[in-house]
Amino acid sequence: MLVLLGILVVVVGFALRLNPMLVVTVAGLVTGFLGGMNLLEVLDAFGTGFAGSRSVSIFLLVLPVIGLVEHFGLQQQARRLVSRLARLSAGGILAGYLLVRQVTAAIGLMSIGGHAQTVRPLVAPMTEAAAQRKYGALPDHVVQRLRAFAASTDNVGAFFGEDIFVAVGAVLLITSFVDTTYGYTLAPLQVALWAIPTAVVALLIHGTRSLLVDRSLNREMSRIGTVAEVAR
Amino acid sequence: MIQVEWFYWLMGLFFVGVGVLVARDASNPKRGTSGLFWILLGLCFPYSSFVVAKTAPPWILGVAIVVIAVLAGTGQLAKSGSATASTDDGDVEGADLDRDASGRGPVGPSPARGRTGGASVATAPVLAQREASAERYGNKLFIPVLAIPVITALCAIAGPYVVIGGTPLLQKGSETVIGLSAAGIIAIVIAMVLFKLRTPALALTQGRRLTEDLGWALVLPQLLSVLGLVFATAGVGNAIGSTVSAVLPKGSLLPAVILYCVGMAVFTVIMGNAFAAFPVLTAAIGYPVLVAAMGGNPPAVFAIGMLSGYCGTLCTPMAANFNIVPVALLELKSNYAVIRQQLPTAVPLLVANIVIMYVVAF
Repeated sequence: MLVLLGILVVVVGFALRLNPMLVVTVAGLVTGFLGGMNLLEVLDAFGTGFAGSRSVSIFLLVLPVIGLVEHFGLQQQARRLVSRLARLSAGGILAGYLLVRQVTAAIGLMSIGGHAQTVRPLVAPMTEAAAQRKYGALPDHVVQRLRAFAASTDNVGAFFGEDIFVAVGAVLLITSFVDTTYGYTLAPLQVALWAIPTAVVALLIHGTRSLLVDRSLNREMSRIGTVAEVAR
Repeated sequence: MIQVEWFYWLMGLFFVGVGVLVARDASNPKRGTSGLFWILLGLCFPYSSFVVAKTAPPWILGVAIVVIAVLAGTGQLAKSGSATASTDDGDVEGADLDRDASGRGPVGPSPARGRTGGASVATAPVLAQREASAERYGNKLFIPVLAIPVITALCAIAGPYVVIGGTPLLQKGSETVIGLSAAGIIAIVIAMVLFKLRTPALALTQGRRLTEDLGWALVLPQLLSVLGLVFATAGVGNAIGSTVSAVLPKGSLLPAVILYCVGMAVFTVIMGNAFAAFPVLTAAIGYPVLVAAMGGNPPAVFAIGMLSGYCGTLCTPMAANFNIVPVALLELKSNYAVIRQQLPTAVPLLVANIVIMYVVAF
C-alpha cells in the first residue's frame, strides 16, 4: 500500500504548482524506495526508462528546418495564402485539419503532423488569417483561443486516429503487456479494430465543435462591435 | 543499414552544441548551469545506446537524469536573452525567461509574454524582412516543410521493403523514427538549395532558438516514461488492485466498466501518460475484474481502456508534449489554454467510451 504515496507526491506536487521535473523525479524516487528498491535499482530504472524512450524526443530534429523556413517568411506566406482562399473559414480549416490528421494517423502517418511540424507553422497561422480576413484585427484573447483550438485539433486527431494503426506504440504496448503478463497471443489488428468506434465518435464531437468555432467567432466579434471590412 | 542510434547521437551532438553556445553566451543570466543542462542532456543520448545494448550500467544515466531534473526543477535553466537577436530577430527570446527561471513550471503563473503573435510584436524590420521574403519565395516556402511528412511516410511505408544485400536499408521496427529524422535533415538541404545558403549555420541558429524556447518541456515526456516504469516495477498496480476488490461489489458489470475507464482517465491525468497508466489499471481492474471475472472480450476491453486514458491525456498539464509544448510553441499566455479547448471534447468522449465498452465487450 505504501507505494501509493508516490502517486500522492505527484498529485500534491502539481497541486502546489511545483516544477514538474522536480515532482516527477521525487515521485519516482519515493515510489521506488517504498516499493523495496534500493538506490542503485531506482537509478537503474531511471536510466533504462530514459534510454528506452528516446524516440519520444526525436521531433527535435525537425526544429532547425522549421526555424529556418520561418526565418524566410513561412508564417507570413501561410497567411498570404489563406488570405486568398476566400471560401475557407476558420472553423472549416480546423475541421479539415482534424479530418486529415485523424485519417493520416490511422494509416500510420503519425509523424507528418504535430505541434512543431504543422500546428505552429501552418494550422494556427492559417486559422488566424482566416478569422482576420473576415473580422479584421482580432482581440488578443480570440487569437489565443484560436491557436489553442488549433493545437487541440492536432491532439484529438492524432490520439484517436493512431490506435487504428496496428504498428503504433499504444497497440504494441497493449499486446506486449497482456501477452507477457497474462499469456495471451493477441494480434495487434484485433486491438486496432476495437479503436474504430471511439475514433468515429471523437471525429463527430470535435469536428462539430470545430465548425461551431465560426459561430462563436461571429457572436464574439459582433458583440465587440469590430466587424468591419478590412481591405488589404 | 541505417541505424536509429545514429540519429540519437546526432540529437545528442545538437544538444551539446546548444549547451556550449549557451555556456559562452553572456546574454544568458544563468549560462553556466543552463549550459550544463543542455550538455548533460546531450551526453545522455549517446550513452543510452550503450545502456540499450547492455554494455554500460544504466545507473550512471539515472544519476545524470536526476541532475538534469534538479537543474531544471530549481530554476537553474535560463534562456539566452539575445541568443538570436544578434543575427536577426529577437522575436521570442526572453518571453519565457521569467517562467523558466522562476522554477515554477508550466502550471505557475506566467508573466505576460513579450510577443503575442508572429505578426504582432516582433520588431518591425524583422517582419518587413520576412514579409518581403514571403513575397519573393511564395509557395516555394512550403516545399521544405511538406518534404518532412512525405519523406517520413515514404520511409515508414516503403522502408521495410528496401533490402540491400540481404539486410533492410532501415533498421527494422524504427522505420518511422528514422524517416522523421532523415526528413528533418534532408529538408534542411532542400531549404539551403532554395534559399541559396552555403552552410546550415542559420538552420542551427534557428534550431537553437526553438530548442531554448521549449526548454525543459522538451525532456518532461521522457521523464514521465521513466516514472511509469518505476511505478510498474514498484508494484503500484497490485496495491490498487487489492483496494479495488475490497470496494467493488461482486458481479456488478457497469460500475466495474466505469471504474476502469474513469480510472484510466484519472491516472492518465495524474501521470500525464496513458501508457504509464495502462499497466497499472489493467493489472488492478481491467484484467482481474473485467476479463477474468466478467468474461469481457480482451482486445475490446484493453483497446477502449487505453482510449479512455487518452481522454485523460487531453485534460492534463502532465502530458507536456501535447498540452504544454504547444503552449510554448504557439506563445500562448495561459498554460491551460490548450486543455481548456479540449475538455468539452474529452468528457463526452469518456462517457462514449464507457458506453461502447459496456455494449461491445460483453
